[in-house]
Amino acid sequence: MAAFLPKPSTSKDEQVYHQGFFALYRKELADHLDSTRFSLIFILLIMTSGASLFGALGGLSSAVANDNQFIFLKLFATSSSSIPSFVTFMGFLGPLAGLTLGFDAINRERAQGTLHRLAAQPIYRDAIINAKFLAGATVVTLMVFSIGILLSACGLLSTGIAPSAEEIVRIFVFLVFTTVYICFWLGLAIFFSVVSKYAATSALAVIAIWIFFAFFMSLIAGTVADLLFPVNDLISAIGNSARNIECELALNRISPYYLYSEAISTILNPGVRSIGIVTTNQLSGAIVGYLPLGQSLLLVWPHLVGLFALMICAFAASYICFMRQEIRI
Amino acid sequence: MLEKQIMIETSGLTKHYGEIVAVDHLDLTIERGEVFGLLGPNGAGKTTTALMLLGLTEPSDGKATIGGHDCTREPIAVKRLVGYLPDSVGFYNDLTGRENLRFTGRLNGLDGKALEEKIDQLLKRVGMAEAADRKAGTYSRGMKQRLGIADVLIKDPAVIIMDEPTLGIDPEGIRELLEIIRSISKEDGRTILISSHQLYQVQQVCDRVGIFVKGSLIACGRIEDLGRQIQMEGGFSLELEALPNDGGLEALLRTQEGVTDVRQEYGHILVESSCDLRSLVTDLAAQNGYALMYLRQRGGDLDEIYRRYFEKAGERHETSRKRKVGGIFTKAIHKQG
Repeated sequence: MAAFLPKPSTSKDEQVYHQGFFALYRKELADHLDSTRFSLIFILLIMTSGASLFGALGGLSSAVANDNQFIFLKLFATSSSSIPSFVTFMGFLGPLAGLTLGFDAINRERAQGTLHRLAAQPIYRDAIINAKFLAGATVVTLMVFSIGILLSACGLLSTGIAPSAEEIVRIFVFLVFTTVYICFWLGLAIFFSVVSKYAATSALAVIAIWIFFAFFMSLIAGTVADLLFPVNDLISAIGNSARNIECELALNRISPYYLYSEAISTILNPGVRSIGIVTTNQLSGAIVGYLPLGQSLLLVWPHLVGLFALMICAFAASYICFMRQEIRI
Repeated sequence: MLEKQIMIETSGLTKHYGEIVAVDHLDLTIERGEVFGLLGPNGAGKTTTALMLLGLTEPSDGKATIGGHDCTREPIAVKRLVGYLPDSVGFYNDLTGRENLRFTGRLNGLDGKALEEKIDQLLKRVGMAEAADRKAGTYSRGMKQRLGIADVLIKDPAVIIMDEPTLGIDPEGIRELLEIIRSISKEDGRTILISSHQLYQVQQVCDRVGIFVKGSLIACGRIEDLGRQIQMEGGFSLELEALPNDGGLEALLRTQEGVTDVRQEYGHILVESSCDLRSLVTDLAAQNGYALMYLRQRGGDLDEIYRRYFEKAGERHETSRKRKVGGIFTKAIHKQG
């Protein structure tokens, strides 16, 4: 493939290439920010965050009564009886945002007949897909951070409680997690836009995967764990229950949705001390308290690496497919 | 023009798609400032050749260079030199024509005032100045094609490759398009490679043509030379129409010396012979009370060149495709003629 070859030899070529890449990135970014669907998904996310904040404010007093530390973080993680928390909303709607920004990235160019023309310009072929992913990721970052900051500001105004430095860092980490999580879905959407001819097919494929991970993965994990390590009667329960739970957990963690939810609930709730199985033995004599920020981060570090790896894999798959594809298909 | 300089050169260029050979050892040399027509039926491998020249498809074998740059190894250098107009050129529908051009300009490292001036100038040149600020989604095919030419010219290419530029455009649009092509060839001195199956139109602007069937170039040269070559090999063909059309003249012609075949074709009488019959036919018609309505010596036009070369190619390949190819072409010619 042409793009795997050494970069341009002359400096003029290289200059044109960089300018070309930047022009492409700029156009993709402008396309996203101009598009109706971006406006729609952005409004949807703002409205749901508003709703979640409203719910959190309602449930806040009872939550504070239980535990009066880290109140500001509770604005993000508390849900009222009827409205899920902001974190839950992000877990569910984040994939939709990624999907919206990427599902027709390549097949739309094909359908419009612009891919030939684009590929004939003095850029390497990978510049096309790199610029598309990078522009999408930029939009995701902008979107997540602006919503996060907006929500914090509204929370600050309505409660009058200023966040501590640790809370600010925790919220920042939470937003970084959310960005990586949505970028994974963006990468996946771009992958399907490369391999499928029609935008509708790629959108459906991503939606199917999203629904599978969000709703069915936990059922399947439970069933498989029960099959492998049955806990039907007392004797098998004594022998297998730990392994059963471990197996279920491991299978669940394949799902980016579960990985994200687990990491976020740890980072936004300093009271969470462990995310594996803890026996009563291990708990005896433990002093109830909060984990410091560093320890919380240590707990979710594998999750961040896992999510990041998933994102890279999704993008790498789309990159390889795109580079190997005939341009005329 | 100064010394002849080779602009596009391919040697043994081959592309396989699995079992299928799309392009078969193509050797082609095109000089600077030349308009070369790569003519052949659908599926002959014209688009594949264009894509290989641009470095967008990797050749299975052989080598292509443009302006001294290897098309596979130095794609950026080649793409800076070459403008490509694909067969169904598309634009971003939600951008205006001007914005589409601006984007292409930026991809080629242009910006600012110089770019805007160039866009204005090119839009005027292709006659799109009025429609420039409409969304490209509203353009007709002919307009898109014209915008496509502006889009190609924005990078100021030394070589332009056009894939089926006249496809799906009305006759007036084609005339304008050919006018533009002629002007960018003659006034700007750019090298142009046109691939097409629409023989007549392309014939009007090409300096040389290559006839491309099933991945190989079966004939290449100036149209007159090809015509002469055909005449040398295959004798003369005369088309004529005479009134009254009662078959009497045909019977008479059959008896003449040197006539090998007389038959009806598309309402004409076609006479094949080993010598020039024109004066004889005029005399014969006048003597026997026929009024000659139409008389034309075949050979100098692509119609005949094609027919002959495809027959030859068919003999060589010995496949059933021969008839099919002939069919497509005669149909196309008939429609246009």
